[in-house]
Amino acid sequence: MKHTEIAIVGGGPAGLAAALNAAKLGARVHLIDRNDYLGGQLIKQTHRFFGSKEQRASERGIDIARELANQVTASKNIQVMTEATALGYYEDGVLLVEQHKKIFAIKPERLIIATGGAEKTLLFPNNDLPGVYGAGAVQTLVNVFGVKPGKRVLMVGAGNIGVIVSYQLLQAGVEVAAIIEAAPRIGAYWVHASKVVRAGVPIYTRHTIQRAHGHREVTGATVVQLDENWQPVPGTEKEFDVDVICLSVGLTPLTELLWQAGCRMVFVPELGGNVPLRNEHLETSVPGIYVAGDVAGIEEASAAMMEGALAGLNAAASLGYTTESLGLDRRNILAQLEGLRSGPVGEKIRKGLAQALL
Amino acid sequence: MLAQNGIPTPEDLAGVLPPEERLARGPVAIAECFQNIPCDPCYHSCKQGAIKEFTDINQRPQVDFEKCNGCGSCMSRCPGLAIFVVDATYSDSEALVKIPYEFLPIPEAGETVTAINRAGREVGEARVIRVQNTRAQDRTAIVWLAVPKDLMMEVRHFKVKGVR
Ligand SMILES: Cc1cc2nc3c(=O)[nH]c(=O)nc-3n(C[C@H](O)[C@H](O)[C@H](O)COP(=O)(O)OP(=O)(O)OC[C@H]3O[C@@H](n4cnc5c(N)ncnc54)[C@H](O)[C@@H]3O)c2cc1C
Ligand code: SF4
Ligand code: SF4
Repeated sequence: MKHTEIAIVGGGPAGLAAALNAAKLGARVHLIDRNDYLGGQLIKQTHRFFGSKEQRASERGIDIARELANQVTASKNIQVMTEATALGYYEDGVLLVEQHKKIFAIKPERLIIATGGAEKTLLFPNNDLPGVYGAGAVQTLVNVFGVKPGKRVLMVGAGNIGVIVSYQLLQAGVEVAAIIEAAPRIGAYWVHASKVVRAGVPIYTRHTIQRAHGHREVTGATVVQLDENWQPVPGTEKEFDVDVICLSVGLTPLTELLWQAGCRMVFVPELGGNVPLRNEHLETSVPGIYVAGDVAGIEEASAAMMEGALAGLNAAASLGYTTESLGLDRRNILAQLEGLRSGPVGEKIRKGLAQALL
Repeated sequence: MLAQNGIPTPEDLAGVLPPEERLARGPVAIAECFQNIPCDPCYHSCKQGAIKEFTDINQRPQVDFEKCNGCGSCMSRCPGLAIFVVDATYSDSEALVKIPYEFLPIPEAGETVTAINRAGREVGEARVIRVQNTRAQDRTAIVWLAVPKDLMMEVRHFKVKGVR
């Protein structure tokens, strides 16, 4: 059995920021991620980020990931475990971790869960054909492994992820036939949408996929227009000659460990599904277990980093670690988070978070 | 409409274009950013102070056309690739449009490319005058295109010939 002061599950932006901030206060940290690299979703984000200067706006996600990962690796207080999957958390406060075919039991005094989210899927005939992908998977193929998923793609979903992955497919030399969106409005930031539209990809709002075609693999798709009641309008079917259908219909928090730990959960559609109730310190209903990032509600990397920083500071502070600027640091991060969520595009998050407070 | 198809309307554009009289005095930035989103790198990147300070990060950028000298520094910092510089004084018949560009291959000065509008449609041809792609721009190149004057408010993208 290994003992540690703080175990962090998930090495995405939330987990990295949590580790750095807890370590900065002096706490000893184990950072656990199942990938063989740190950075989570960020290492696929080759585009520039929005946000403010303090939140590294205009930098590319991949560069942010690299820098945070370097800081983490350089920290004496942080022990990094990659290719390590947290399998379960038990009543006696033991976290089981599998790494290189060995099982380790870790007993942390505090636990920060920063496992991120998983992609949602969509029901339609033939959605099990090879060639139907999640947008995140396509982004991993193209930007991490340098593999094209196919020649011509139909993107389903015009949120930020669908639009950004479309842009990155174009950059990789893959054709994108269209982006379709069931809602009456484009969910992505309009500047992102405009950038793919002028690069030749039409966006059809109020359209959905009716079925995929093909026997052994995708050879096409039928798309249909929706009326005000989200019902298909007969006669508006369009055929698309594509070999890839890419689903970008949202993420949902990866909460298994939280359920297992007995954290009180609540279903909040605005946050992507079931999320843990948490207090303003990001501590769940189980004392000593904190959450940060997409697992606490699907949002974005800037918010994930700030939540991670807060959770890291709070967990370390609860162990008695402190600095003179602790109070100020916390208030600064809270103010930045509030600014980020204050505008019209933050409304959904604000509504969601209001339902998830302990 | 933008929210439905990603294409700004003439009304959207009317609110952000510089007046004729300013265009006649040389290069100037146009921020085609029409939504209140949490983003402000354009403000921080302008050394001329030509982009009004954001009191709230969700504000839209406002270019002070008198202070803006059309240098283009803000273009490669904008994550939305939403800022363009137009120089209506380039020659008697042509205007210059500076376009942020993140595709390969990057064209070379002297090349003729296909000019594209905001809807992704071909509207004519353009000549590449210069390509800026310094380290500071961090992989967002800026391509200067000479286009017929009547297209300077139309052309916002281009395609390299022979590349799909
Ligand atoms: C296409 C796309 C574009 C985006 N663009 C932007 C953008 O422009 N700006 C922005 O701010 N955000 C953007 N985001 C969102 C951003 O990437 C996420 O919000 C952010 O990465 C969430 O951080 P996280 O640390 O909570 O989770 P993640 O980054 O998902 O990291 C979670 C980590 O936990 C690990 N993990 C999960 N379960 C376990 C387990 N049991 N054991 C061990 N490890 C585990 C995973 O391997 C992963 O590394 C984008 C996302 C996508 C998909
Ligand atoms: S073009 Fe130059 S002067 Fe004009 S707004 Fe951009 S950075 Fe400022
Ligand atoms: S940097 Fe670009 S996207 Fe961001 S506010 Fe300025 S113009 Fe809009």
